[in-house]
Amino acid sequence: MSILINKDTQVIVQGFTGKQGSFHARQAIEYGTQLVGGVTPGKGGQIHLERPVFNTVQDAVAETGADASVIYVPAAMAADAILEATEAEIRIIVCITEGIPVQDMIRVKALHRQMGDNAPYLIGPNCPGIITPDECKIGIMPAEIHLRGNAGIISRSGTLTYEAVRQTTVEGLGQSTCIGIGGDLIQGMNFIDCLALFEQDSETEVIILVGEIGGTREETAAEYIREHVSKPVVAYIAGMTAPHGRRMGHAGAIISGGKGSATDKVIALEAAGVNVVDSPAEMGSTVRSLLASGCNR
Amino acid sequence: MNLHEYQAKSLFTGFGIPVPASVPVGSAEEALRAAENLGGDSWMVKAQIYAGSRELSGGVKRVNSSEDLIAVCNTLLGKTLSTPQTDGEQLPVNRVLIEQAVDIKQEMYLSALVDRDSETVTFMASIQGGVNIEDIAEKSPEKIIHIQVNPCTGLQAYQCRQVAFALGLKGSHVSELTDIMLGLYDLFVYKDLTLVEINPLVISNENTILALDAKLTIDDNALYRRPDLREMRDTIQENIKEARALESGINYIALNGNIGCMVNGAGLAMATMDLIKLHGGEPANFLDVRGGTTSEKVAESFKLILTEPDVKAILVNIFGGMVHCDLIAEGIIQAMQEVSVTIPVIVFLAGTNAAQGLDILAQSSLNIETASDLTEAARKAVACAAA
Repeated sequence: MSILINKDTQVIVQGFTGKQGSFHARQAIEYGTQLVGGVTPGKGGQIHLERPVFNTVQDAVAETGADASVIYVPAAMAADAILEATEAEIRIIVCITEGIPVQDMIRVKALHRQMGDNAPYLIGPNCPGIITPDECKIGIMPAEIHLRGNAGIISRSGTLTYEAVRQTTVEGLGQSTCIGIGGDLIQGMNFIDCLALFEQDSETEVIILVGEIGGTREETAAEYIREHVSKPVVAYIAGMTAPHGRRMGHAGAIISGGKGSATDKVIALEAAGVNVVDSPAEMGSTVRSLLASGCNR
Repeated sequence: MNLHEYQAKSLFTGFGIPVPASVPVGSAEEALRAAENLGGDSWMVKAQIYAGSRELSGGVKRVNSSEDLIAVCNTLLGKTLSTPQTDGEQLPVNRVLIEQAVDIKQEMYLSALVDRDSETVTFMASIQGGVNIEDIAEKSPEKIIHIQVNPCTGLQAYQCRQVAFALGLKGSHVSELTDIMLGLYDLFVYKDLTLVEINPLVISNENTILALDAKLTIDDNALYRRPDLREMRDTIQENIKEARALESGINYIALNGNIGCMVNGAGLAMATMDLIKLHGGEPANFLDVRGGTTSEKVAESFKLILTEPDVKAILVNIFGGMVHCDLIAEGIIQAMQEVSVTIPVIVFLAGTNAAQGLDILAQSSLNIETASDLTEAARKAVACAAA
């Protein structure tokens, strides 16, 4: 098993005929992803990469039965693309686009909250995407570093996700599914959503959580792990040594209640029984020794 | 992107938020004329910089005579100012705001920002404002009132009244605060802000509510649709090297150590800095080459790192995803020759064609050391910098 996507997932690309869309669609097809078509408004009816192009997501879903969409459209149009996929009842929306205005994402998330259980799984924006090795790749991650296995990976950062993948591959452990959730202020799935799915997944034996400074999502994840996750979790928090930077006013400090530093996150995670590694080079080896000792949390 | 107080106040006026009359000036002579035009016999002189807590560093002063006005202007204009919020940096003061002094009955606090936890615009208010607001938030958080705005409906008047009554306001103050909050919310949404803070929001001796200060941050991602705001940018307030880096599409922050870092991806860049520190070194900078790592960007990154005189070694950590590592390796060699890098460069490459990339580097006669993992790379860089 895996989470969210597998060999049966039917994927369309929004921004299909653009430079980014074309490049990554080709890679996904080579990887074996069931990429069934794409959307570029005004180019409906054309064929691109031997797949049909549609004017709207609605048309694409009606014709192909796609249940996942990946978005490569420019930032100014990306929220619109997410909402279009939402209305077309796409179940998994992966938004790679970087630089979406925060007001746009506030509106997207307000709608998704209102939809409750009917809301799609939104991954990103500003993320590398999601991959279930050997089955389905949706995003911009380099394919060849992956190995099918039993580590579930959740990360806020792009290239640091790849590093966690590389290390688990080098250790011969491999990955069940890897999700880059993105690091924007307002984002789709968070650590907790992914942890819940990995906890349920029979193939995932260990979870790697890669966080970074800012916000309090790692702290919230720690609370969730303490109560709901039985599988071992290894975490790394980037930014122990990052500078504070200039500030405008006091509001940021007040809303976070003084939380959000790397130290706060490490303390919260360790208190929840998570193995927090000091060095980003030790994610893979820590997972290996944890599994070898047969320990649960 | 931040705005100066005087720019923020001009936006406030456009959205019906009352502020004292004021004029931004660049010289003591202009200040004198401004004070005459404003009238009265008492004015505030406020340094215009991109940071808060100015009053703690002499950046905000009340003057009661023309002589004092000129004297204070001369101590501020053309000088630099560092406050508890500038993180040790000195910011240039090229303008001061001359403002009618207001006699204050009560100092309050009001702000709105994007709250990542609730995913809404959230207002925060306190009946006690002024410079100690963070202490109040820490010691008695119940004194800070929070209101979340549903993005589907926008801010409603009843929510503003809830805030006003919770603050203990009475009579006309309730409707005044309501108008101010509704104006702020419109400003927030229509101008794509991520933060607006009024500290203090005051009840004057004339018994009206006024915004005495204005701090405002605009969402950089939305600047493409806010050309009027983009033009207000004051690049002098921004770190010159960091601004130059951003123009080349590089994210760069100077630090105090001696090991330069060049990394793709912000998370991996932070991780690399952590790793250097863990092995006893000090990073000289944070540098994220960002998407599309080309040899031009690698060259520009070397140039930026070499502007720091203390740098003794450079650690390059690139995870090739879309870009193949053999091309990056060639880019590194080309850039090192072009920029004539003589200090040791330690390289860790991973991802697509990493082995070929490392081979290319190993064969070059330049001062390059390769590493087979992150730990080795960090150890080598720390050793080189200490040598």
